Amino acid sequence: MTETNGNALIKLEDLRVYYDLGGGGFFDKITGGSGERRIVKAVDGVSFDILKGETLGLVGESGCGKSTLGKALLRLTEITGGRAMYSGKDIAHLSDREMREQRKNLQMIFQDPYASLNPRMTVGNIIGEPIRTFKLAEGDAVEKKVAETMEIVGLSRRFIKRYPHEFSGGQRQRIGIARALAVDPEFIVADEPISALDVSIQAQIMNLMEDLQTEKHLTYLFISHDLRAVRHVSDRVAVMYLGEIVELAEGKSIYEEPLHPYSKALISAVPVPDPEIEEKRERIILEGDVPSPINPPSGCHFHTRCQYAIPECRKVEPKLVQIKPRHYAACIRISPEQPRIEDVAEV
Amino acid sequence: MSENNGNLLTVNDLRTYFQTEDGVVKAVDGISFELKKGETLGIVGESGSGKSVSNLSVMRLIPEPPGKIVSGDILFDGIDVRRLSDEEVRNIRGKRIAMIFQDPMTSLNPFLKISTQLMEVTQIHLGHSREQAYDHALEMLRKVNIPAPEKRIDGYPHEFSGGMRQRVMIAMALSCEPELLIADEPTTALDVTIQAQILELIKGLRTELGTSVILITHDLGVVAGMTDKIIVMYAGKIFESAPTKELFAKPANPYTKGLLKSVPDPAHEHGEPLYQIPGLPPDVANLPPGCPFAERCDRAEEICEREFPPFVQINENHHSLCHFAKEVHASSGGE
Repeated sequence: MTETNGNALIKLEDLRVYYDLGGGGFFDKITGGSGERRIVKAVDGVSFDILKGETLGLVGESGCGKSTLGKALLRLTEITGGRAMYSGKDIAHLSDREMREQRKNLQMIFQDPYASLNPRMTVGNIIGEPIRTFKLAEGDAVEKKVAETMEIVGLSRRFIKRYPHEFSGGQRQRIGIARALAVDPEFIVADEPISALDVSIQAQIMNLMEDLQTEKHLTYLFISHDLRAVRHVSDRVAVMYLGEIVELAEGKSIYEEPLHPYSKALISAVPVPDPEIEEKRERIILEGDVPSPINPPSGCHFHTRCQYAIPECRKVEPKLVQIKPRHYAACIRISPEQPRIEDVAEV
Repeated sequence: MSENNGNLLTVNDLRTYFQTEDGVVKAVDGISFELKKGETLGIVGESGSGKSVSNLSVMRLIPEPPGKIVSGDILFDGIDVRRLSDEEVRNIRGKRIAMIFQDPMTSLNPFLKISTQLMEVTQIHLGHSREQAYDHALEMLRKVNIPAPEKRIDGYPHEFSGGMRQRVMIAMALSCEPELLIADEPTTALDVTIQAQILELIKGLRTELGTSVILITHDLGVVAGMTDKIIVMYAGKIFESAPTKELFAKPANPYTKGLLKSVPDPAHEHGEPLYQIPGLPPDVANLPPGCPFAERCDRAEEICEREFPPFVQINENHHSLCHFAKEVHASSGGE
């Protein structure tokens, strides 16, 4: 929780990840292209802290840049600008060798437990590989460590010689978690860890991750489009839209009183498994689709779909500012004096 | 089964089996349900529960072999679907019964213009001329809120976003004003804000056209707001069927209860462990003799592993497949 533990494990300052898709050259013009250089601003100036021992949930729709942000923290994608500090070191500027050393502390759990495990390796080798790479154990001790890790995540050590295809989706995700845990990391990026799983298995994996966090004092960045799951596991939640963080607050406040118009729409769109509530509630239905992250809208990226947008929103890029205690939002129409967007006249 | 009692669709003791290397998979094993005109039925279940196969059976879309509808009746508006010739089925499918699938990219032909694909439906089923079909296609795109339809109609599927493709699929499905729309995980591949748009669209069109809907999903939140009644499937069987409000308020099956409890509730405080159903969904090719859910069930007793449970009637419209259905029902509610 924020107030009891104030030290940041990860500190992002104006982090940017851009992908240059080219274009704008001679061929682009003669083939009827726009003639503009096309740049995807996947992560566009993100600043926040992840506190030691907390779970920070990161939500947003597909294409908002949440996975890219997760990958950038582990430098699995090149960082274009800004800083990503981990225990005093800037991940963006470490040499490859220094970075490789840090990967022992920074691990990742992937969405697709089918694609992220090598089908030709036994479970023992999959979990054992990072242990050997970082020379955390040698000889028989590796197998012992693998077996222990398997039991921690709820897999029987009898399966050590089996291959991934012999396991169900939920069990494979346990293997993925075991591989991340094998090197005793401090920080784990979990990118949609439950999205590919059945409902009854999702709860198992969420509970496992929470137990492991308590036991091993882990810090998580939990990336998901499933707002109900994020609310359940996270201490604080960040909402992302087209490369930017639009709101950041404790889970409870963001779900009970979202401030940013996008967060409001996003949260109101989540179906509630209760017919009585569903009957009464009013949804904010957003018009249209998320705009393309290639050359996104100017000013506030959300202005094209926002019912409260004024001409200024097209020009001014809103900054993430504190609106209420520990509750930040990036919208020029709200302020600590005027936190409720509903009180602002519609245009 | 001669009368249809105002039912648009009556499925009685349907069994669809698949011949596989691991033996016979009883994907759907003796399910029965009814759907009245204008009603919306939700079918909920995890992967492998048989929820999709049961509806593919209704549409006669089961690949044969390896699959086969082994027994049962499917009555659509008094017509015995199983006895129809392939030709006759094609006349119903797409016209009176339409279907939308989870992945709108794989269900649209990437090589054909949206207009061609939309026009085909009414040219075949309603005998439209090219001009009539084009106008109709345009009107349908307008109805599903595609912006600037006169510009988009001659585009190709890859030029549309996921949500827009699903709108095109819905436009196509509703072109002939079908009496029954089967929507198989129609929003699973979409983002929540787009999901909300699509669900609102289906709701609106349902009211406007009076279409009956079968909504297949794994998301209990989606069925809560959309359906009149719900069937919960597990291992090819109906585990529980009830009117939507009753199912959520007073479930009579431990599996349903477990599913409901394992959905994170935003009102709950962070830090409380989430209820979890232990174990894994069963291997449908090798089901135990007793209740297929017994080994994961917190209510199971010795009888559950030995004997297949009865389909107990709780009240007029509420049934549960459980040895202890009445006790489970009595202990539900107020949680």
